[in-house]
Amino acid sequence: MRAAALLLLTTLLAPTTWAANAVVNVAVVSLASDARYAPRRLERAYPGHPAGRPWAAAQLAADDAQVELDTAGVSIKLIDAVLPNAEGLPRLLAELKAARVQHIVAALPTPELRQLVAAAPAALGGALVINTSQNDDALRGAQCAPQLLHTAPSQQMATDALAQYLAARNWRKPLLLQGPSADDVLLAEAMNRSFKRYGLKPVASKPFKLSGDPRERDLANPRLLTNDREHEVVAVLDSDGEFARTLPYATQWPRPVVGSSGLMALAWHPQWERNGGPQLSRRFMRLAQRPMTGHDWAAWMAVKAVATVLADNPRAPIATQLQRLRGGAIALDGFKGPRLSFRPWDGQLRQPLFLSHVDGVVGTAPLDGVLHPTEVLDTLGVDQKESTCRAQP
Amino acid sequence: MKPTAPTPGVWRALGLAALLLASATAHAAPTNRVYVSSEKDHQVLVFDTQGERVGSIAVCQRPRHMMFNPGRSQLYVSCGDSNQLGVVDLAQGRMTRTVTLGDSPEIFDLSPDGKTVYVSIEDENVMAAYDMDKGGKLFEVKTGGEPEGILVMPDGKTAYVTSEVANVVHLIDLQGRKVLKNIKVGNRPRRFALAADGQELWVSNELGASVTVLSTTDQKVLATVDFKLPGMRAADITPVGLVPSADGKSVWVGLGRANHVAEVDVATRQVKRQVLVGKRAWGLTLHPDGKTLYVANGLSDDMTLVDTTSGKALRSVPVGRVPHTVLVAP
Repeated sequence: MRAAALLLLTTLLAPTTWAANAVVNVAVVSLASDARYAPRRLERAYPGHPAGRPWAAAQLAADDAQVELDTAGVSIKLIDAVLPNAEGLPRLLAELKAARVQHIVAALPTPELRQLVAAAPAALGGALVINTSQNDDALRGAQCAPQLLHTAPSQQMATDALAQYLAARNWRKPLLLQGPSADDVLLAEAMNRSFKRYGLKPVASKPFKLSGDPRERDLANPRLLTNDREHEVVAVLDSDGEFARTLPYATQWPRPVVGSSGLMALAWHPQWERNGGPQLSRRFMRLAQRPMTGHDWAAWMAVKAVATVLADNPRAPIATQLQRLRGGAIALDGFKGPRLSFRPWDGQLRQPLFLSHVDGVVGTAPLDGVLHPTEVLDTLGVDQKESTCRAQP
Repeated sequence: MKPTAPTPGVWRALGLAALLLASATAHAAPTNRVYVSSEKDHQVLVFDTQGERVGSIAVCQRPRHMMFNPGRSQLYVSCGDSNQLGVVDLAQGRMTRTVTLGDSPEIFDLSPDGKTVYVSIEDENVMAAYDMDKGGKLFEVKTGGEPEGILVMPDGKTAYVTSEVANVVHLIDLQGRKVLKNIKVGNRPRRFALAADGQELWVSNELGASVTVLSTTDQKVLATVDFKLPGMRAADITPVGLVPSADGKSVWVGLGRANHVAEVDVATRQVKRQVLVGKRAWGLTLHPDGKTLYVANGLSDDMTLVDTTSGKALRSVPVGRVPHTVLVAP
């Protein structure tokens, strides 16, 4: 059992490692006790949440990259590093140091991620950490780090994508329903910034609460929460997912639900049917026996980013690799249409997002007609001039 | 649906002599035809060379790449969802047989004698060879992820295959049944065209916004042709289809999301002209007389006819959902 293990450090060799190839070890780090991967939690399968650990997607990317890396005379060896708890971090780093790891693909909760990012460069003699599972805007802003890249889209990118879609439809009067957690507060801040950016005016913002208590009906009952006639769309901000799931078709008036249920902005959808999407989703399904989610896409993309920078120059030191990736010099194929690159100012991978519901994708953001002076993908999330990230390589 | 008869207007235009000729050669493949595979309609749509729709032919599921057999009496079409190669008898205007292929076939090419078909099998990461007469797989060669473009050299001894994921072109020895060389090209390589009398292999790089020119003698990269379009975003330039002109002097390249086709001079490797067509221009074919270019537009579900003399789009005609490949039978 993973949860019971002290420190599970298994390795997987690429299927064919050519003797002449230089081997680069890449660690895929997750936390044993991460509540997001608890079996009962995974059963709920809330859209936008992970459906499993990052290992399968990382493996797929390593397999995908093998031929290209062989041509460059280099191989990737993945190390499945499941951190037992935050206290185990020094020991993990020592083991990674012994394995000469400098590339880390991290699907960790934010506190553990921040500890890892802070400790890794000194412990490993230089490191590159790619965040594949956290959407906190702070990690791209005040808490950013030169060695930290993000393939997971930020919260602000997701809310911008939704706001673009609502503005393009001229659904301009949202009703905001906000959950009680600290994450919901951050989500509401991002949503409100996006609404302002695209000229959408919420008619009201109401807190909701999961409760069966008749005295709290006005907080818990979807019909009472949505009986205001003015709104055109209900935006529900629920980082947990349980309340949001109950909302579509349960509102007082016939209004679409967006945000944490209904129409959502996702990094990947298994029904995306262009740009090689079906091939990628099929390969993932074959390997992992489950549909590919946005979290899986971000882990796959992270290993692919490492493979791409290695294929570009296998002998470059880690600092140069980081510079090439973070400088936007390396173009990545994310199977979403345009080529993708990292934003120099905050290490975020610029990427289209899929405006999706359970069944499929209704549109991609940036929406047609949204303009930007240099790079239209930068209409999603925090642009250079707004960035509060000061720690740059 | 069977192909519909030509309209009375066409009969009048052809005259009595043609009418007699047509009835005397009832079993010959029709001329003045353009065939377009339509991925989501499971049909090959039939037009005349002016772009007038004359009928459609039901084929296997999700038809993609197409080629004529060497005698031009049949049309072969790969079907990505039903894993088949459909054989269409052009005189009868219907699919008469299928050959079973591997999982998700995409592009194919034929041996010079037409007896062997080499197919990129996207989901199995192989190039597989099949016997056209008997059906059945002859052999397969492992490739990088998502093999796509495939081109058999005119001597039939080697083939080139792109791997979209690995960003390489494989040179494959068809007799030895093995990869001789992996050649690194641009990001997401897709399709091929032979140029300069077979001395150069042109490879479209969809995400590299470029074409890599390889030497077919020493397999070295000779040049990279980059595309730029005023008023279009660089990221939207996504080249896929490419076709050499009838005189061999230029290569036409579909620029994908940039909604243009570009004519590139083979000798200087400079872009000569860029013509606005439909959305996501990818499949290209030239009329053998070199005067008309047919462009399948994957996102606007139409086909644009381009006059190559004036460099102007003549007309765009609807072609069903997600057109893939265009073939011309003059």
